[in-house]
Amino acid sequence: MTGLHGIPVRSETPADPALRGNAIPILHEVRHALERLIATGESTCIDLSSIPFGPGDEERLTAGLGTGEVRAVIDALGPTQVHETAIPGVWLVDYHNAEGERLALHIEIASIPEILRTQPEDLATAIAALDARLEPDQGAPRLQS
Amino acid sequence: MTKANKTLGESLREHGVSRRGFLKFCAATASMMALPPSMVPAIAAALEKARRPSVIWLSFQECTGCTESLTRSHSPTVEDLILDVISLDYHHTLQAASGDAAEAAREQAMKENHGSYLLIVDGSLPGPDSNPGYSTIAGISNYDLLMEAVEGAAAVVAVGTCAAFGGLPAANPNPTGAVSVMDLVKDKPVINVSGCPPVPMVITGVLAHYLTFGKLPELDQYHRPKAFFGQSIHDRCYRRPFYDKGLFAESFDDEGAKAGWCLYRLGCKGPSTYNACATMRWNSGTSWPVESGHPCLGCSEPRFWDAGSFYAPLSVPTGANGGTILAAGVTGAIVGGAVAALARKQVKAERADRQPVTVDELEQKL
Repeated sequence: MTGLHGIPVRSETPADPALRGNAIPILHEVRHALERLIATGESTCIDLSSIPFGPGDEERLTAGLGTGEVRAVIDALGPTQVHETAIPGVWLVDYHNAEGERLALHIEIASIPEILRTQPEDLATAIAALDARLEPDQGAPRLQS
Repeated sequence: MTKANKTLGESLREHGVSRRGFLKFCAATASMMALPPSMVPAIAAALEKARRPSVIWLSFQECTGCTESLTRSHSPTVEDLILDVISLDYHHTLQAASGDAAEAAREQAMKENHGSYLLIVDGSLPGPDSNPGYSTIAGISNYDLLMEAVEGAAAVVAVGTCAAFGGLPAANPNPTGAVSVMDLVKDKPVINVSGCPPVPMVITGVLAHYLTFGKLPELDQYHRPKAFFGQSIHDRCYRRPFYDKGLFAESFDDEGAKAGWCLYRLGCKGPSTYNACATMRWNSGTSWPVESGHPCLGCSEPRFWDAGSFYAPLSVPTGANGGTILAAGVTGAIVGGAVAALARKQVKAERADRQPVTVDELEQKL
């Protein structure tokens, strides 16, 4: 067993979660960020690991945001799952390491999350990478003619 | 260029890590340092140029719980931390070398990185006036080992409540004359990462901060990094709204406990404890003591072990504990009840003196 998921013990969810309601303030913060995005184009990123969530708060927040049309998985230093919520411009970016443990969970309010863009540093090596594939002697995977 | 001279950016690129992977690493690092995601570009720029610092880790009067905590750190993994982010040149428990070879590695790292290495200490140590025989490594007293290593260190990180404040070894009656690192080190920056043990991500967060910015983070009056110890457990507790509503669990199995109400009356030290448990949590973010139904013990605060019962509310004077009442009762039965009467009088007086903390007072205090 590499993680804790195999242990069949879970925190008991309090009977009346409405008494806490830590998810609602985040939804209001998202609303403010959306207003900023629409008015000025400025994107916002909220790190949910710094929020004092209780049992069930994260589930209530994600349920409140719903699921949208786009899903993507980035395979770099472990999987990162990105999906647009039912609110256009509001994205959930879930970073995991190679062992499947969560590194961070962000809500990005942007036209497109930053990590989905091709980064300028990677783009700078793009021509050389393609050239290497066009040259059969460079050891790179050869293109079929 | 040797591995030690390469920047982190160069090292990661050589390992085939893409820019996206690097940004992800930076996002996790920002989260670990309790910095906002808007800092990720600045962290990326700094980490791109960062070089691996040499780290020497000394363990004194401790239980190895702090190292256990570090090796449970998942963000990034400790393997990443050791191999790519820091150069851990000496650590009794984690290094492969032992005996003379281990001590030679320590001496070599101290010589080669004189003036620039980071010294991490876990455990308290017998003070200069104590019997050095209480704790030695390779025949050298903890005190001599520390002072020798401090001389060439850029800074000292005291990991765990024992190193930071004396902890359990220094608890009454402190048989070994244990003292903390900051009791002895006055001419070098000391940063305390307290907790019994500290939250693993706080340990790595402090190292990541040093690596990223080349300096130590802002500290509170106990030399703890404000990013992690700047707010009380109580302020960041998800049960805080129950406190504000006056809804308290009165026992561990009553309806209030089952409903997840505030644990203040069961002895929770959250209002006077500063730590990051409420947001960073434990065991890969699974839970933390209050979430699992137990009051905070206040383990990241000085003298937490001697600060009265773990299960007495903060508003009860520390002298009025069950032990006093029970002991007084037993003795009183033998000597005709005089001492018991005295104890009862004392408890009565303490009850009269008891000053429950109101929300307003707490807000002012915090």
